[in-house]
Amino acid sequence: MELKRFGFIAAIIVVLFSVVVLIGSSQSSPLVIIGSMIATTIAVATPLTLGALSGLYCERAGVVNIGIEGMMLAAAFFGWLASIYMNSIFGWAALPSLIGGVFFAIFTGGLFALLHAVLSITFKVDQIIGGTVINILAIGVTGFLNRQMFFEKGSIFGGNVPHAPGTLPSLAKAIDSLCNGGCGGLVNSISGSVIDQKPIALLAILLVAFTHYVLFYTRWGLRTRAVGEHPRAADTVGINVQRMRYANVIIGGLMAGLGGAYFTLESVPSFEPLMTNGRGFIALAAMIFGNWTPFGAWAAALVFGASQAMQINLQIFRESIPPQLAILQISYIVGLTPYILTMLILTGIIGKTTPPAADGVPYEK
Amino acid sequence: MTETNIILEAKGITKNFPGVLANDNVNFDLRQGEIHALLGENGAGKTTLMNIIYGLYRPDSGEMRVDGKPVIIHSAKDSIALGIGMVHQHFMLIPVFTVAENIMLGDETVKRGVLDRKGVAAKVAALSHQYGLDVDSLALVGQLPVGLQQRVEIVKTLYRDAHILILDEPTAVLTPQEADDLFRIMRELAGRGVSIIFITHKLKEVLAVADRITVMRGGHVVNTVTPAETDEPRLASMMVGRQVILTVEKGASEPKEKALEVKDFKVNSQRGLETVHGISFDVRGGEILGIAGVQGNGQTELVEALTGLRAPTGGAVHFDGQEVTGSMPRAMTEIGLAHIPEDRQRHGLVLSYTVADNMVLCDYYHPPFGVRGIIQQTALDENARRLIQAYDVRTPSPYVPVSKLSGGNQQKVIVARELSRPVKLVIANQPTRGLDVGSIEYIHSVIVKMRDNGAAVLLVSAELDEIMALSDRIAVMYRGHIVAIVNVKEATREQIGLWMAGAQAASV
Repeated sequence: MELKRFGFIAAIIVVLFSVVVLIGSSQSSPLVIIGSMIATTIAVATPLTLGALSGLYCERAGVVNIGIEGMMLAAAFFGWLASIYMNSIFGWAALPSLIGGVFFAIFTGGLFALLHAVLSITFKVDQIIGGTVINILAIGVTGFLNRQMFFEKGSIFGGNVPHAPGTLPSLAKAIDSLCNGGCGGLVNSISGSVIDQKPIALLAILLVAFTHYVLFYTRWGLRTRAVGEHPRAADTVGINVQRMRYANVIIGGLMAGLGGAYFTLESVPSFEPLMTNGRGFIALAAMIFGNWTPFGAWAAALVFGASQAMQINLQIFRESIPPQLAILQISYIVGLTPYILTMLILTGIIGKTTPPAADGVPYEK
Repeated sequence: MTETNIILEAKGITKNFPGVLANDNVNFDLRQGEIHALLGENGAGKTTLMNIIYGLYRPDSGEMRVDGKPVIIHSAKDSIALGIGMVHQHFMLIPVFTVAENIMLGDETVKRGVLDRKGVAAKVAALSHQYGLDVDSLALVGQLPVGLQQRVEIVKTLYRDAHILILDEPTAVLTPQEADDLFRIMRELAGRGVSIIFITHKLKEVLAVADRITVMRGGHVVNTVTPAETDEPRLASMMVGRQVILTVEKGASEPKEKALEVKDFKVNSQRGLETVHGISFDVRGGEILGIAGVQGNGQTELVEALTGLRAPTGGAVHFDGQEVTGSMPRAMTEIGLAHIPEDRQRHGLVLSYTVADNMVLCDYYHPPFGVRGIIQQTALDENARRLIQAYDVRTPSPYVPVSKLSGGNQQKVIVARELSRPVKLVIANQPTRGLDVGSIEYIHSVIVKMRDNGAAVLLVSAELDEIMALSDRIAVMYRGHIVAIVNVKEATREQIGLWMAGAQAASV
């Protein structure tokens, strides 16, 4: 990706960090603040990164996916529900239940993606409409089941909400429990550092690199990009366009599913209706801003992550906000930053981005 | 040659599409190392036959033999496995991929999970050296000129060990010199044992390069001949089924006042890049100025800007002495412009409207067609019946959607609408593209008649023969510049071909 774009991204991140460092300097040292900002940025960028990767697999193969939001929401709910079942009904321990929940979330993402694939590839439904169907379906199904199962009289868990098995442990804790407390030195050095992230956050970064490798260095990637750029050309050399598109849309769904698991199994141990809160759409913006490349999308996701990290940290340093900047005390205003950034970035401040040529176009033989 | 070296044989191929018998009991054979031209008009069944051979369609009946063995080809994959390669009229290349990536796509070599780009580049280099095809495997295909892209397509088939090569209208996008180069490559390939099927509708090319010629018409094979036993007029009458006059009959022009004056005209493309770089020319009443050039050298943008469909970014246009730079299309129409657009289905017609409605698109809003905002059906009806007769439009009724008409008749609807008005300037962009010989003859005669009636005509065409036959003066466009303007009497095909390839007027 162009230097200009990365420079722009770096500049925004520096500005966002500087605001927090300046405001918090009376309470904490800059290094500590920057460390905590980086850690928070990486953590909260996780669903954006995975959402953007989800969009990448779909769109590089020529299928527009605006249903990432819905896929993540559904995965968040069903993954969480599965972990509760495993934990309190099947009596599994907390960690296996959480891991089981993550797998169920990934499966849910894949299932919703399969629906999108059937609609947009087999039935050639307008892909924007197909994605909207997924979003509405996910909101409806998760909201309805959440209410019916947990809050209605006579419902399965009515009045007696079972305890969720908590959240996934961070790297330091995981190592600690793996060594049974025997690796104190290693645990201490990781604990509290920037890399002391939870597993989905770390996995997301690995998946960025993995996706880059797949797209640009493997046969699969070459064929995926070919069906997204010029499906007829791919067809004439014997590539099955429909099959490539199906597979990539489903892989995209698995990514969104993992992103959904972040919300209820890694970030907080509970589900709320609409809790993805537009992250799927911001992820799509990150993918576009990153010009349909994994590292570009990740960098853009970090910008949004940094703006969210700023919001979180400003709440901590609320007392130190100088009266001239009183506006920053209103958390609604600061909370708008990621969304305003999305709009600014999508207006194309930093040059034009080029989508795959056949993005969103159904293939007719 | 003996019967034994027939390498591909299609026998009794029949293919029915709803309402059309596209191939009716077609027999075709290809000998090893020959260039076999398949000649015919649009809709003659050439493309259907090739798509059957390449596995994109299944025939209703008939059999195919490759190397003497009966085969059933289900898909492109099967045909590739049998050594059949096809270079499509619209290239099957991915512009954002490199040459090597395009060539290996679908047949990749992988080393330890990673695409073996170096290995492919080496193989491509070897192949292009062997056949005299000079391609750089690391270049991005989108940045190559069309002639080179075509070579990439040929290398792509050779990479898959094709020994039967189908070239579908390969010269449509080439300059005459590039076409000659292609013919050299074809002979080189044939000399090394590759058998080539060369699909075209251009008679000169067929006679120049083919060993045998099969002519198709209306889904049948008319005949198979050798160049030695035929000539252009005979091939043309086989193609069309009657005597055809190949030359346009026209007298000397009588140029009058300047009708259109274009000065330092600049136009941007859709993507915001300047594609017409300050060009100047004029067209007088009673003459035809032909703009020659390979497609995509700024002609589309030039015509769009002159007709008001696109805003120019600089320069001036005068029409009958009056400045009209950047005028809206309706203003241009009202002062006497007739526009026959390049893409008749998108810009010339409303496909879902009836023939009668399409015939009044320029003046439906004033009497006799529109009176106080109400459309007058009787006037529309009368107008349609008169024009259908005068311009020989073959349509079952004035009230069928124009989409149901053949390409030639659709073009006649546009011509009727545009030229039946009082017109001082005709801008015709690719007016005969994709039409049958009969319609081409007709459109050419109408254009010459407009000139003789005193209208100025700006004719844009990528077909050099058409430009040479119709124009009084010829301007050559290359990369957004006019490189030369010559009188047709002083012009030669070779010279214009060189200009089309970018030679400067001063240097030749």
